[in-house]
Amino acid sequence: MLDQIVFYFFAALAVVSAILVVTRRNVVQSAIFLITALLATAGIFLQLHAEFLFIVQVILYAGGIMVLFVFVIMLINMDVSLHQLQFNRQWWLGLLLALVVGAELTIAIAIGRSHTAFGEPAPASALEPSTQLVGKVLFNEYMLPFEIASILLLVAMIGAVVMAKKKI
Amino acid sequence: MPDERIPFATHADHTVLGADEIVLNMGPQHPSTHGVLRVKLRLDGEKVIGSECVIGYLHRGVEKIAEHRSYQQFAPYVDRMDYVAAVSNGLGYCEAVEKLLGAEAPPRARVIRTILTELQRIASHLFWLGTHALDIGALTPLFYCLREREEILKIFEKFCGARLTTHAFRIGGLQYEAYDELEKDVERFCTPFDKRVDEYESLLTENRIWVGRTKGIGILTAKEAIDYGASGPVLRASGVKWDIRKAMPYAAYDQYKFEIPTGKNGDTYDRYIVRMEEMRQSRLICLQAIENIPAGPIMGKVGKVLKPPPGEVYHAIEAPKGELGYYIISDGTTQPYRVRIRPPSLINLEAFDKMIRGHLVADVVAIIGTLDIVLGEVDR
Amino acid sequence: MLMNLIHFVISIWVPLVCALIIVAVLPLVAGYIVLMERKVMADMQARLGPMRVGPHGLLQPIADALKLLIKEDIIPDEADKMIFWFAPLISVTAAMLAMSALAIGPWFQIADLNVGLLFIVGISALGIFGIVLGGWSSNSHYSLLGALRSAAQLVSYETAAGMAIVGGLLLAGTLSTREIIQAQNDYGTWFAFAAPVGFFVYIVASIAETNRAPFDLPEAESELVAGYMTEYSGFRWALYFLAEYTNMVVVASIATTLFLGGWLRPFAGTPAFNFLDGLPSVLMLGVGGYCFYRAPKQPVKVQKLFMVAVGLLMILAAIILAVPLIPAVGTMLPGLKPGLHGAFWFLLKVGLYIYLFMWLRFTFPRYRFDQLMRLGWQFLIPLSIVNVMGIGVALVLHRHWGWSHWTAFPLTTVLTLLVAGLLGWESEKKDKEHVFVGDA
Repeated sequence: MLDQIVFYFFAALAVVSAILVVTRRNVVQSAIFLITALLATAGIFLQLHAEFLFIVQVILYAGGIMVLFVFVIMLINMDVSLHQLQFNRQWWLGLLLALVVGAELTIAIAIGRSHTAFGEPAPASALEPSTQLVGKVLFNEYMLPFEIASILLLVAMIGAVVMAKKKI
Repeated sequence: MPDERIPFATHADHTVLGADEIVLNMGPQHPSTHGVLRVKLRLDGEKVIGSECVIGYLHRGVEKIAEHRSYQQFAPYVDRMDYVAAVSNGLGYCEAVEKLLGAEAPPRARVIRTILTELQRIASHLFWLGTHALDIGALTPLFYCLREREEILKIFEKFCGARLTTHAFRIGGLQYEAYDELEKDVERFCTPFDKRVDEYESLLTENRIWVGRTKGIGILTAKEAIDYGASGPVLRASGVKWDIRKAMPYAAYDQYKFEIPTGKNGDTYDRYIVRMEEMRQSRLICLQAIENIPAGPIMGKVGKVLKPPPGEVYHAIEAPKGELGYYIISDGTTQPYRVRIRPPSLINLEAFDKMIRGHLVADVVAIIGTLDIVLGEVDR
Repeated sequence: MLMNLIHFVISIWVPLVCALIIVAVLPLVAGYIVLMERKVMADMQARLGPMRVGPHGLLQPIADALKLLIKEDIIPDEADKMIFWFAPLISVTAAMLAMSALAIGPWFQIADLNVGLLFIVGISALGIFGIVLGGWSSNSHYSLLGALRSAAQLVSYETAAGMAIVGGLLLAGTLSTREIIQAQNDYGTWFAFAAPVGFFVYIVASIAETNRAPFDLPEAESELVAGYMTEYSGFRWALYFLAEYTNMVVVASIATTLFLGGWLRPFAGTPAFNFLDGLPSVLMLGVGGYCFYRAPKQPVKVQKLFMVAVGLLMILAAIILAVPLIPAVGTMLPGLKPGLHGAFWFLLKVGLYIYLFMWLRFTFPRYRFDQLMRLGWQFLIPLSIVNVMGIGVALVLHRHWGWSHWTAFPLTTVLTLLVAGLLGWESEKKDKEHVFVGDA
C-alpha cells in the first residue's frame, strides 16, 4: 500500500514535471522542472531497491548534466526565447500522434499482461547490494562493451577539445 | 587591433571570439576601489582590453580654497588630501612656503620633522600593505599592520593632539616643543619593528598564491614609468633609483644614511618588495635621528603675518606615495595668488590603463592596490 | 511479538529522532561554527572578536539569528520572484539531506544506505542549484558572475574530490559509511595514512567545493561584492549561510569517515593505548576548569553565573563520558561506550577539520580564477587519478602478492608524490609561459 502511494507520487511528479518542461515559456523554469522529473525518476529507482542507479541518476543527470544545462542557459539571451512562438501550427498533429502512441502502448500492455508473467519481486533483504552487482556484471560479462564505450567517450572528449580549442 | 591611444574606441573592435566586448563599471561604490574611484573597463571575456578611470567624486577644490586663505590658514587643508599621510603633506607645504619666504626652520625643528615624517611613511605603507593584501584576499595582515600603525598614531596624538589630520608643523618650524618621551616612544616603536616587517613578509613574500597573484602583474618598465611621470615606489620598483630625499635633500635627510631600495621588473610583486624595504629604511632613519636631536629654538623668524615677496616657488618632497610638489605663486599679499599641487597618486594613476591591459578582471583590484592611491589626493 | 514491536520502534523512531535532532540542532551548530570562526579569526589577528553578547560572546549566534529573522526580506523588482524565493531552500535542503547518511558514532545514523558515501556526495552536490538559480534570479551582474564561477568551480573540483574519494573507497571496498569505518578498524590504520595523497587532494578539493578561502571566488568580496548572495537579505541570506556551514560539516564528516577513522579512537586496535579512552573526560574537565577560572574575571554578575553554568555543563559532560569506563557499566551496557565516545571522537575530528579550513582562510590570499582552474584541472585531477592507480597497485601487491601494507602503501605513496612533483614542476613551467605581459 505504502509502496504504491510512493510510486504513484513519484510517477505523477515525473509526468507533470515532464509536461511542464515543454510548456513553460521561461527556459530556466523548464530546466528546473527537468531536474524535478529526473529526481522523481531517481526516486522510483530507489523504491525498486536500485540504490546505485538512483545515486547515479542523481549525480550524473541531476548533479552533473543539469548544472551544465543551467550554466549554458544563463549565458544565452533569455528575452529572445520569451517572445518566440512556443508551438507552431502542427501542434494538433503532434498531440494526435502522441495519443495514438499512448493508445498503442496501453493496448500492448493490456494484452501482454495475460501472456507474460512477472516474477514475484524478490524480498529486499535477499538482494545483493546493487553497487557490487553492477560492478561485477560490468567487469565480467560486459567487459568488452564497457571498454568500447569508455574509448568512445574518450574519443568524443578529445574531439570536443580539439574542435573547441584554436591552439593546443 | 584596438586603438592603443583611445581607451574607448568609437568603432566596434573585433575581439578574439568575435563576441561583443562588454563594458563593466567598477565603482564609485565598490569595496576595493579605495574610496570613490570609478573604473570603466572594456572586457573581452574576463580579459581587460581597455580602461578609463573616472575621478572627481571627492573633489573639494583645495587649490581654489588656498586662494582665499592666508598662508597659515591653508596649512590644515593640505592634511585632508592624502589623509593616510597627513604629516608628509604638511611638511611639503610648510617647506614650500618657507622657501618662498626665504626663511628656514631651525635644526631642532627639522630633525623632529624628519622623525615624524618617516613615522608617517611607515604608517602609510602599513596601511597600504594591509588593504592591498585584503584586496588580494589575505585577511590577516591588515590587522597586524593596523596594530603597528596604531602605535605611530599614538605618538602623533601625544605630539600634537590629533591622530589622522595632524597639522603637526607650522610654517617656520613647530608650534610646540616635542613632549619629553618622544625619543623613548620612537625607540620603543622602532627597535622591534624590523621583526614585525619580517612577520608580514613571512605571511606573504614566499606564499605561492601571493606570488602568483602579483608577479608579472601590471608591469611598468623604467622608460614607461619615467614617461608617465610616475614617482615614489612605483618608479623605484621599475629600477629607477630616484628619491628626492637623496637627490634634493630637504628637512634633515642629508644627515642620515639610508638606502634607496629598487626593483627590477616593475611588477606588482616588486612594488611590494620595495615598499617593505622602505619601511625598514625609514626605521633606520628614525633610529639615527633620535640619537641626536639638537637643542635650540623650534621656530624660525618668520613673523606673525606672512607676506612673502612676489614670486613663485616649486618645492617637492618624497611623500610615501611619491613626489608631492607644491607650486606657489605669491603676489605679495597675505594670501597666495595660486597654489598648484602635484599629487603623486594622480600621476601614478595615469599609468593604470597601461598596466591593466591584457590582464584579467581580478587583477584590477591588485593593480589599484599596488598603485597606492588615496582618492582624497587624486581628486583634491 | 515484543521483539517485532521493538524492531519496529527502532527502525522507524530512531532515524526519525535522529533526523529531528539534525534539523533542530544544525542551525544552532552552524551558528556556533560561525562564532568559532570569528573567535579563531580574532585570535589569529590579535583581536578579541565578539565579546558583548554573553560571556566571551557565547550568545552572539542567537542574537545574530534573531536579528536576521526580523530583518526585512528584500526581493529586487526585476528578480524572478519564484526562483528567488526558493533558491536558498534548495541549498539548505540538499545540505541537510546529505547529513542523513552520516554515521556520527555507531548509534547515531538516520539511514545506513549501501551507497552511503555516494549519496552524501551526490545530494550535497545538488546544493549548487540553489546557488546558480539564486544568482541568476537576482538579476544582477555580480550575482550572475558569482553563480557562474560557483558552477564552474564546483564541476571542476567535484571531479578531483570524487577521484580522491574513490581512492579511499578502493581501500574500504564498500560504500556504506558504517562499513568504511569498520574497514579502517580492521586495517589497523586510518586511510589518511594509507593514502596521504588522496587525503591531501580531498582537503584541497573540499575547500574549493564549499567555496571557502583561498577558493572563495564566487563570493570574493574585493571583486564581486558578495557574489551570488549580493541581492539577498534577512533570513533568505541566512539560509545560504546555513547551507554553506552545513556543507562544511558535511565535507568534514566525509573526510572524517573516509580518511580519519570516523568514530574510532586514535590507535583503536592497540590495547596499549587504551588510556586514551579517558581523554574525552579529561578534555571536558579541562574546558570546565578553564570556565571556572575565567568566571570571577567576568565583568557582570550574570556573566559570572553563565560562565559557572557552562563550566558545570562541561563537568556533567565529562562525567557522562566517564560513566561507560566503569567496568560494571561496561559489562552491563556494552553499547554505551562506543555510542558516546564514538560520537565524541567523530565530532572532535570534524571540529579539527573545520578548524583547518579556518586556519587556511585567514592565512592565504585568494586565487585568481584562471589560477584556480589551472590548479584544479592540471594538478589536482591528474594527481587524484595517479593516486587511484597507486592505491590499486598497492592493493594488488598487498592482497595477491602478500606484501605487508607497511611496505606497499609507503612505496606507492612515494611514487605518487614523485608524479606530483613532476606535475607541479610542469605546471610551474607552464605558469612561466603563461605570464601575461601587458599587451592587448
